[in-house]
This record gives sequence, C-alpha cells and structure tokens, in this order.
Amino acid sequence: MNDAHPVGDSSLLEVHVARKQYGTAAGARLEVLHDVAFSLRAGEVGAVVGPSGCGKTTMLRIIAGLDRDYLGTVRGPACGRIGMVFQEPRLLPWRTAEENVRLVAPRADARDLAALFDVLELSAHRAQYPGELSLGQARRVALARAFAVEPELLLLDEPFVSLDDALAARLRDELVTLVDRRSVGTLMVTHDLDEALGLADRLLLLSPRPARILADIPIRAPRRVRTVGELASIKAEVATWLAGAGP
Amino acid sequence: MLRLASLALLIALWFLGARLAGEGMLPAPQTVAAALLDEALSGQLFLQLGATLARVFLAFMLAMTLGAAIGLAMGRLPVVDRLGDPWLVVLLNLPALVIIVLAYVWGGLTEIAAILAVAVNKLPNAIVTIREGARSLDPGLDEMARVFALPRWKALRHVIAPQLAPYTAAAARSGLSLVWKIVLIVELLGRPNGVGFEIGVAFQLFDVTRILAYALAFVAVMLAIEILLVQPFERRASRWRLKPA
Repeated sequence: MNDAHPVGDSSLLEVHVARKQYGTAAGARLEVLHDVAFSLRAGEVGAVVGPSGCGKTTMLRIIAGLDRDYLGTVRGPACGRIGMVFQEPRLLPWRTAEENVRLVAPRADARDLAALFDVLELSAHRAQYPGELSLGQARRVALARAFAVEPELLLLDEPFVSLDDALAARLRDELVTLVDRRSVGTLMVTHDLDEALGLADRLLLLSPRPARILADIPIRAPRRVRTVGELASIKAEVATWLAGAGP
Repeated sequence: MLRLASLALLIALWFLGARLAGEGMLPAPQTVAAALLDEALSGQLFLQLGATLARVFLAFMLAMTLGAAIGLAMGRLPVVDRLGDPWLVVLLNLPALVIIVLAYVWGGLTEIAAILAVAVNKLPNAIVTIREGARSLDPGLDEMARVFALPRWKALRHVIAPQLAPYTAAAARSGLSLVWKIVLIVELLGRPNGVGFEIGVAFQLFDVTRILAYALAFVAVMLAIEILLVQPFERRASRWRLKPA
C-alpha cells in the first residue's frame, strides 16, 4: 500500500494520499483526506493552510510515518532524517533542555549546538528542566531539537499556536534564520495565514473536511523583502479560494 | 525528632510489657540486645543475615526484572494483556504457602526452588504495578521517539523507563518487604540456614529472645536498604520535578 518509489526527480517529498478515514465512536467512517497530492523540493518551505479540524495534522502525521493506515503513497527523503516540531513541545521532563536535544542528536557538534542555542536565545536555559521553562522557551527547545538532527525534512505542526503575537513573531524570525541558513525542506501546518505568508515559499490551501488541495500558490518574493502589497494580493487570492470561487 | 520520640515510646512500652508478661513471654529490650551481641560476636548473626539477604536479593531482582518486562508488554499490547490476564489472576490468588510447598515438591529442597518460589510470589504484584504504569505512558513522547528514530534501547532507557520510575519505586518498596517475609517462610520450611531457619529452631525451643533478636536485626537491615538505596533512587528519579518553594 505504501510502497516507496525509486528516486526519479529532485523532489524531497512526494505525497499522494488517495484517502484517509477514521472510524468514529458511533461506528461510522469519517473521511478526513481525499486525493491530497503534492511534492516538495529540497530547500523549499511549504505551508499547509486550512480551517481548523480539516485534517492538516493528520496529513503531517502520515508524512512523519506516525500513521500508516491510509490509501496512497508517501515518498520521504532518501536517508529519512526528519525533524519535527509538534503542537505541544513534547520534551522529556526529566532531561534538561540540552539533554533533550542531545538525546535525538548524539553526534551533534558542540559548537553547532551552541550556535543553535544562541540563535534561539536559549543559551541561558540549557541546563534547565522543561518544567522550569515557559511555553515559549519550551517551544524553542523543541525547535532546537528538530534542527539539531540536521534534518532533510522539517515538519512543523502549528509551532507557534497559543503564543502571544510578539513572541510568535520573534520565533518566526528565528525560524527563518535557521531555515535560510540550512536550506532544509520544510513543511509547516498552520491555520494562521499571516504566519504562512511570513515563512513559506508556497501555500497549499486545504478545503474543509474531507480535505483536498484547493490551490497551490507560489510566493515568489524572498522572505525578507516581501512588501505589504504583494502579501495583500496573495491574501486576496486566498480569500477568493476559501469563499469557494477560485480565480 | 518526633520519629525518635515515637521510637523511644515503643521501646518504653516494650520494657513495660516485659515487666508485666515476664521474661519467658516477652524478654526485655536489654536481654534481646545482649543476645544480639552474642550472636554477632560468634559470627552466626552475619552468616544467617547474609544467607537470607542473598536470597532476598536474587528473588527480588528476578521478580522485578520479569515483572517489569511482562508488565510493560501487558500494558502496551492489548493482545498480551488479554492473554496474560487470566494467568495473572490465578497467580495473584495463589496463597504463598501453596507456591512454596509446590516448588519444594517439584524442585526438591534446593536453593533454586526456594528462590523461584519467592520470586513467583512477588511476580504478579510487580506485573500489576508496572502494567498500570505502562498504561499511563504518554503517547506523545512515543511519537516523538519514533519521528526522531531513537534506537529501541535508547527509547526504553530515556523515554519509557523514567515514566515508569514512580511505579518501579512503588513495586520495589512493597516488593522488598513482601519478599523478605516470604523468604523467611521458605527458609523455615526447607533451608538449612538463614534468618527463617534460625527462627524455626528458636520456635522449637520457645526461645523468644532469639526470635526477636533475629527479626529485629533483619528489620534493621531492610531499613538500611530503604534509606540507603530506595530513597536515593526515588530522589534521583524525581530530581527534575519542581521543588515547592
């Protein structure tokens, strides 16, 4: 069912989920994803945008290999190193921030790690346990962990949800810095269009459940120099798609 | 301080009781202490304590290792849980004495039969406790370990074992006291040495002083294990928890 294809082109990730269903408690079958297909090139940042509960997280879990109960194929990076940031930080509370990162990246170079902690403004918190960190700090440790494995593919599941705007904006900047520096293929899931516009090279617009891809919108301007005008026109395009019309 | 006062009260009551009941029924604390000193000087005390302690250690380790493995499997895999549950109920409800007698009948009056009998007595208790812990493992951390491709042993050591630590400590604490009590019965019934054997001999001679001397010596040993091993383990396992200010 989930066979791997030989590498034939330059895409890092190829997703084709024909169908994903859940059984509900009442015994009915609930279709969550229907014909979701796209690919992601190395170094590209894709943002999956869609209404809450439309199946974005389900899709990310399928790509991460956490859910194998679906119809279709997903071909991931060749040597399979994936870094993931979940909605909750999911740190081990009995390991310090640094030990959490080192657990998944035992071979990480001490200097690279120090630089990573520095970019994420975590240097002062390396020896603290997750229980002693604020949510924002814990999120940043989770980001550090995902980057420390030097992933080929980075998966982000609403990494900035429930943070205040100022902190979310700062974290987004830090994320842009890291993604640009490493040029890692990234797929992020968000319900926040502004967040997607600030980070992505490409928007994948999902419909309400059962989710399919409504539109695949490239953002051509480099991340740092996007003008308000460009963003406004993309937002307008997104709005027409979400209204059910399409341009 | 309060603990010491409470302990002093216990000894005072003992002293009083000995006065009322007479030396034959309840020897006074100083009589027991003198007997203890005698046994210690002759070397007998340490020999018998050592024999019992070795059995406690082996049976305890066996029961905890097997119990952790089986409990984890039952807590994680519903099939194993359904398969193992009837066995567990049988084992939980078999009286300790039946297991010991059967072990001696089938295995002869041997050391292996003795230690296995004790371990089997402790096993279901360890399984139930660890299974409870395994059922409450955080699936989110499991997924994290899978996505980051943590090797199996590393996930076990750093993700699963720490979550089970409170349950392990609970199983160890209740297990240690259970195991040493059962070891005494095993020794009484079929071993030529150990604290249980000594108490058996003393019982035949109605030597209450000796019974108390050996029992108290072993309680002291177990108390030392609790303070020197179990409590530091718990402190270490929970050092990441926030301390109340």
